[in-house]
Parts: sequence; C-alpha cells; structure tokens
Amino acid sequence: MQRLTKAFGGTSGLIQIAVIAAILMIVLPATTEIFRLNLFGKYLTYAFVAVGLVLCWGYGGILSLGQGVFFGLGGYCMAMFLKLEASTPEATKIQTTPGIPDFMDWNQLTELPWFWEPFHSFAFTVFAVVAVPAFFAWLIGYAMFKRRVGGVYFAIITQAIAVILTILIVGQQGYTGGINGITDLRTLLGWDIRTDGAKYVLYYACCIALLLCLLAGKFIINSRFGRLLIAMRDQEDRVRFSGYDVANMKVFVFVMASVFAAIGGAFFTLQVGFMSPTFIGAVASIEMVVFCAVGGRLSVVGAACGAFIVSWAKTSLSDSFPQIWPVVMGALFIGVVMFFPRGLAGLVSDYGSKLMPGRKSRSKPSTHKPDTASRSAAGTTPQEPA
Amino acid sequence: MSNAMILEVEDLGVSFDGFKAIDALNFYVERNELRVVIGPNGAGKTTLLDLICGKTRATSGKIKFKNKDLTKLSEHQIVHAGVGRKFQTPSIYENLTVRQNLELSSPGGRTVLSSLFFRRTARLNDRIQEIAETIYLVDELDLSAGLLSHGQKQWLEIGMLLIQDPELLMLDEPVAGMSVPEREATAALLNRIKENRAVIVIEHDMDFVKDIGRKVTVLHQGKILAEGPMEKVQSDERVIEVYLGH
Repeated sequence: MQRLTKAFGGTSGLIQIAVIAAILMIVLPATTEIFRLNLFGKYLTYAFVAVGLVLCWGYGGILSLGQGVFFGLGGYCMAMFLKLEASTPEATKIQTTPGIPDFMDWNQLTELPWFWEPFHSFAFTVFAVVAVPAFFAWLIGYAMFKRRVGGVYFAIITQAIAVILTILIVGQQGYTGGINGITDLRTLLGWDIRTDGAKYVLYYACCIALLLCLLAGKFIINSRFGRLLIAMRDQEDRVRFSGYDVANMKVFVFVMASVFAAIGGAFFTLQVGFMSPTFIGAVASIEMVVFCAVGGRLSVVGAACGAFIVSWAKTSLSDSFPQIWPVVMGALFIGVVMFFPRGLAGLVSDYGSKLMPGRKSRSKPSTHKPDTASRSAAGTTPQEPA
Repeated sequence: MSNAMILEVEDLGVSFDGFKAIDALNFYVERNELRVVIGPNGAGKTTLLDLICGKTRATSGKIKFKNKDLTKLSEHQIVHAGVGRKFQTPSIYENLTVRQNLELSSPGGRTVLSSLFFRRTARLNDRIQEIAETIYLVDELDLSAGLLSHGQKQWLEIGMLLIQDPELLMLDEPVAGMSVPEREATAALLNRIKENRAVIVIEHDMDFVKDIGRKVTVLHQGKILAEGPMEKVQSDERVIEVYLGH
C-alpha cells in the first residue's frame, strides 16, 4: 500500500487529487445549475491538455505550441462519429443525397468519403480518438527528435503544424465542415446528449477521465522516467552518454501529452456539441500553454487548476469586454514568466511552507522526489528551454 | 596484439570544414592501463574523446573497442558496449539529489517501459552507497546536486560513470578548478578506480599528471608528438618546444 501511494507521489499528492475530486464532483454540481456546470465541463477539457504539457514541457523541456492539433484530432474523431449518427437518411431526406452529413451535401458531395466510413463504428471511434493523435505525434516526434531538433525550433514547427491543419480543415470544406466545423450533433448511440441529464453524465465522465489522467501524470512524474525527464531537460548530453536513447524518451512523452490532449478534445465535442477549427489553431494552442504556465508547469494538479481558472476568466471577461481578452492573456503570460515562473502551484507551495514551518523539518529527507521547498531553496528554478 | 589492447584507434581522421582536428591518428590503450593525454590547446584532445564516445563522427579511420567498431554505433550503444565519458565541465543533474543522479546513471531501466516501472533494489542501494564512499559523497547523498561545490560535482560525475562499471573510462580534465587538497583526493580516487579497467585522462596540470601517470601521450595538431613514460616525454625536445616550454 505504502509502495502504491509512493508511486503516485506520496500521501500529499493523493490528498491533492482527492480534494480536486471532491470539488469537481460534489461541490460544483451541488452549487451550480446545469448550464454553468456544462461550461465548467468545457473548461475541464483544457485541463487534459495542461496535464500533458506539464509532462512534456514542464518536466521534459519540450515546448509544443501545437497541442491544439491533438486536441482537435481527438475532438474531430468524436465529432465525425456523432455527425454520422445524426445524419440518418430520415433526418436528411430533404438533401440531394440523403444519409451523408449536411455540409457534404451543400458542397456537392454525393457519397461519404472513404475516411469517414469507419466512424460509423463507436468502438473504432474510441480507438481513433487515442490512436490517430498518438500516431501523428509519434510521426512528428520521431522525425524531429531523431534529428535532434529541439527548443525553439520544435516550438515553431509545432506551431506551424497547427496553422497548417487549420488551413487544411477550412480549405477542405466538403470533407471537414470547413470554418463552421462539424455542428448539429445530437445523439451518442441513440442517447440524446443535449438534455440536462446527459450533460450531468458527460460532466461526471469528464471528471473521472481527468482524475485518471492526473493519476497517470503523477505516476509518470514519480517514476524513474519522470526523473529522467528532468535530467534530459537539464543535461541532455549527460543522459545520452549514460546509455539512454534520448529521442525515444522524448517521443514517448510527446505522444503521452498528445493522447491526454486528444481525450480532452473528445470530451469537448461531447459537452459543447460541436467542433470547429477555431479550437485547434495557433491561438488556441498558445492559450493552452498559457493555461499550463499560469497553473504551474511542474505540477499536474496546478496546471489543471490553471486551465480551469484561466478559461473561466476568459469566458467571463470576453462576455463583457471582448477586445480586452487577448491583451489580458498576453499580460498574464509575461507576468507569470517574470514574477512567478512556477505558476499558481509554486505560489501555493511557497506560502504553504511559510504557514506550516514545522512541516519541512518533520518530513523525512525524501529519497524519491526533491520537494519543491528544497528545490526553491537551492535557487534552481527550472530553466526555460533554449 | 588485439588481445592485450582494449582500444585500437587506427588511421583516425576528422575534419571540420577542411580543418583537420585529428589527422591519421594511431592510438592504442591496453586493458588495465591508465593513460594520460596532454597537449597544447587545440591539439585535438577533447575531439579524440568525442570521436571515441560517438559525439563526433569520424571522417576516416577505425575505432575498435574490444574488437567492435565504435564508429558504426550510436552514442547509447557505445555506452552499452562499456565506454564511459566524463565531460570537461561537470555535467550533472542539478535539480536532482546525489542519490538520484547516481540511480539514473545505473544500468537497467534504460528503456521507456522499464524506466516507468523501475524499482530500486537492495543491491542497487548497496552499490550507490559503495560508489558514494568512493567519491567522498556519503553525507551528501540526499542533497540536491546543485548545492555541491565544484569539486564535488566533478566527483559526482565520476561516480555516475563508475556505477555503469565501464571497461574504458575517459575523463576530460577531472581536476580543472579544484583546490590542492581536492586534487590530491582526486588522484587517490583515480588510482583506486583504475583497477580492472582502462582509463584515459586528459589533463593540463603537470603535477597531477605525475601523481597518476605511467604512460603519457602528447598530442599536437591532431597527431601524436610523443608517447612513453612521463620522464621520457618530459625530456623530449619537441614536446618541450610545443608544450612544456612555456
């Protein structure tokens, strides 16, 4: 049992997750009406991306400015299934070609494209939500990391891929729904996802999936692989000349981050009811990095909270002042990088150790994971990737 | 001949944009030998180590280690073959503890899956303890490596290589920036760890070289200028001219 808790970062780590679970699954549903809860569910889908970025960027030092790509691939896979289910011949009988999605009919397509066919199957869709982004991430990662492309170059390339994918989706309107995205989604295996009851169920499903991702993230960080990520970020050559195939390690963490993002994207489609290129492009991808930075890129729980809080702030602010939001977000990013590089999680752990001075001396010298307090005492805040 | 030699470098050459950093070099190291490589700046000492450990790729020639051609292997495969290399500036993981630094360098858990589900065994704990004693860092095991002094960082990196138990250990200026007592401790350390393995040391400090060196190789402009016992090399006129004289 003790071994098991240790694998997830000790008791304090599990307590954090338990607190998050209680807030998400008891406090919020008890205090908010379903319209707002559904919005909260939407914010939570970004938390998946943020958790992935903690592993990939915070620990591994690999800054990806294209996580929207994987969020989008996951979301589009789910949307394709839902769209096919909503496009029964009866529901689309006024179209020239009944039985295909409405936007295809508008674009003079007369039959379903081959790559849409497998999405009639729900089992395939669930598989594709994970496998398509994972394969894509593996391809990008393998091509880049085997050639030792890293740092800003990797960031720029991922950003470019996000732009390319957006242009591709917008341009291929007949196959993808174009700029409007895939809209008017109704049922999941015959179950209407637009009702209040369904929204509750989807919210809870999203929470559980997020908690599992948080646990998986904690497990990775506290394994030897997690320490290896830190080592690669700080001294890549030393890791290589200690007998590790650095590229493989990087590909793996990048694929993990992408899978997390894709799961978030699938839940986004389910809860919001549509998917469009605006959620996956360059700006959206950068926003995801900001979520992670504000929450704290060395803490999976912190980053998840950051994603939730910042997207909430975004909705509230852009309701009243739509022009101001980009400025606020830019300021937020600069502020975080300059004044609290470890984000909200860093602030909390600093104040936490000040409020509870006895805590540090009571805890035995950890042989497993340097606690944040000793790390900040060493004055070695993690360096920005070059 | 192959049996006595652990490392055979033959006709090795590398050029950077036409500049020949290593030029038709032949270099042999025996099993259980401690070899010191000296030479003026730009002689190609560090480049030679880079070529052996795979950091730089040779333009021509062969590097045979235990009859295996290293020029065809990737960096991590060269490590698996039994070559360990310490860099000139201490390369350690400052955000991890000394224990974690040693643990990460230990063999086992070198693939993605095995590192995810890696468990530290009692044997590994004993080994870490033993290495820590060798490198004078027993009391610092749970200290963040960033807090170590410069000399201790150098020792830690040597320890990170020792835990891999390499058959050929290459050290690039291990005593640079060390105080006199630290140098003496390092000399004692090297004399202890050279048992059962071949060691190549690059060094500038002549007193230190005398403390540890039996056979010395002098490099100059990518070629071997002289090779032999310290006393003989020191009295070689060409060596005095290019290196020792000033």
